Amino acid sequence: MAAKFLPYLLAGISVGGQYALIAIGYTMVYGILRLINFAHGDIFTVAGFLMVYATASLPLTVSIPLVIAATVLLGIAVEKVAYKPLRTAPRMSVMISAIGMSYLLQNLMWYVTGGLAKQYPALPWISDTVTVLGCQTKRVTVITPFLVIVLVAALVTLIQKTKIGMAMRAASRDFETAQLMGIKINNVISFTFAVGSFLAAIGSMMYFSNYTAVTPTVGAMPGLKAFVAAVFGGIGSIPGAVIGGFLIGICESLIKGAGATTFSDAFTFALLIVVLAVKPTGLFSENLTEKV
Amino acid sequence: MTMKQEKKRIYLRAALGLIALLAVLLALDNLSFVPSMLLTVLRKGAIYALVAVSMNLLNGFTGLFSLGQAGFMLLGAYTYAILTIPAASQKSIYQRYANGGIGFSIPELLSKPLGGFGLLLGVIFCLILAGCIAALFAFLIGLPVLKLKSDYLAIATLGFAEIIRAAVVYEGFGPLTNGSNLLYGFTSFSNFNITLGGFTLHLETVMPFLFSGICIAIILLLINSTYGRAFKAIRDDEIAAEAMGINLASHKRMSFIISSFFAGISGAMLAMYQASVQATTFKSSMTYEILLIVVIGGIGSVSGSIIASFLFIASSEWLLRFLDNETWIGGFRVPLLRSGFRMVVFSVIIMAVVLFFRKGIMGDRELFQKKPASAAKAAKKEVRSK
Repeated sequence: MAAKFLPYLLAGISVGGQYALIAIGYTMVYGILRLINFAHGDIFTVAGFLMVYATASLPLTVSIPLVIAATVLLGIAVEKVAYKPLRTAPRMSVMISAIGMSYLLQNLMWYVTGGLAKQYPALPWISDTVTVLGCQTKRVTVITPFLVIVLVAALVTLIQKTKIGMAMRAASRDFETAQLMGIKINNVISFTFAVGSFLAAIGSMMYFSNYTAVTPTVGAMPGLKAFVAAVFGGIGSIPGAVIGGFLIGICESLIKGAGATTFSDAFTFALLIVVLAVKPTGLFSENLTEKV
Repeated sequence: MTMKQEKKRIYLRAALGLIALLAVLLALDNLSFVPSMLLTVLRKGAIYALVAVSMNLLNGFTGLFSLGQAGFMLLGAYTYAILTIPAASQKSIYQRYANGGIGFSIPELLSKPLGGFGLLLGVIFCLILAGCIAALFAFLIGLPVLKLKSDYLAIATLGFAEIIRAAVVYEGFGPLTNGSNLLYGFTSFSNFNITLGGFTLHLETVMPFLFSGICIAIILLLINSTYGRAFKAIRDDEIAAEAMGINLASHKRMSFIISSFFAGISGAMLAMYQASVQATTFKSSMTYEILLIVVIGGIGSVSGSIIASFLFIASSEWLLRFLDNETWIGGFRVPLLRSGFRMVVFSVIIMAVVLFFRKGIMGDRELFQKKPASAAKAAKKEVRSK
């Protein structure tokens, strides 16, 4: 029994870590702008494609930092183009703009790649096969949770100890007042998008090392699930997003292991409904928000 | 002139307009020199117009940001397809499932004793049933979901659409839904063509317009009724609406169910148009497209949604097609033009509308709309005070 489920548990922890990295991007943006960044899942996919193209001509030591930098720039650019002009617009307009941006990115990827699935390059060391407790898996499965914990620790330190982190906390508490206190809100928002995209780029490297086919719409589902993870953990809370990500990843993987693959996606959304109905603030939310 | 007379006149005009339109379409359908692309655009546009208007009823008039449209369309399409596949061909279509299919087909049952009229009756009955199934699911989904606000409602409905899509291809429902395989062979628009001794009268474009037109007319009547005014009040200010005695929960539920009902019908019509159904076509990107149609037309404008859906379908299916083909002018290859470029240009246009022309084509006005009396009075006053 245990031997049967162990591979699924391992896969679940790994994919959960990847959801967690994406979910942080959602939760941070939502914390400040009160906006679901629908394009976040597509930024994650773009990072995957960039890696495919970068490694085709460049060595890994160059292409990895290059891909991360390009993804960060893309995240900032998306914010500047699609969200900044709508700062004072009603919430629905911003959300429509986010959906439009996601549509644009998907079509752009389709155009560039010709709509064909691309093979993600095998990254040395992390794509190697290892044996854990008697079951074979890729090394990335094992290191993802540790990497996530390290990154989150670094992020929490950044938010708690540095000046920009303080500005981010202030902006998420009260947008207008933070502005009045002399915080350059646009820089803070750009920085938030940069951090979110950075984590999405790392997440995409982990994710696509496991599931190696990159297609233009592959990021939509992980994106939505990561959002559910963020809501589950209490939107705006980073530890919440991480725990939510792991939990959803593990549950989903175990459901697949139990033979009900069709309903693994359904589970995630059912969870969203239950959470919003029972505890709308999520597990770790600090202050009351207006979801219900 | 009393209100009643005026209303009567408006209805009469609308009915005459619809009949004139149908006559023109009948001519287009049967003249051989009409480009087939135009007919495609008209057919698909009519179907999208209905689903866009139904989404507008919810998003634009009631202010409920729901993204479940594709899921309800899928329910409608499958309901329709399952009910109308001819009994004889069910065995070959459901070949993977031993006891697949329902064993009868409603249009077939009715057309045996009643002929062509029975076929029409059967199809209308199945369309209504398709809408009812979508509405039933909307009722069930609405119970937990409609309490949520803006973006949470959007994500929850999007999630439900995905759940429905996953459930339909579930092997356990295979004998009914044919799993992840195509459903085809059911009654489509071309079945309405009338053949009289060698000559065929085509009705393939007339029928979708007729069905869509009737449905949109019903939605319009609803919007202009007391219910419609209650919806708008909820959109503008929930708390004020509640204070005025509007039951928020029941009106939201009503709007959600009615919108889903018509989404179900349009899904069934899309199935008729495509002559086949598969769950994979009803992705969330379909909902996004419909949402973008609503935005381009103007949130809160029925005529805007209709215009935008024809524009959207025309440009994505026809007018921008050239962008997808490699083009040579002399020895010079026009850069960028290749497969997929059309959609890029298209999404850039949409982003431009979303960012810079937020009101869309019509804003919240309607075509053929009289200036409301209060606005006219206010304008007069302004003139006088000057």
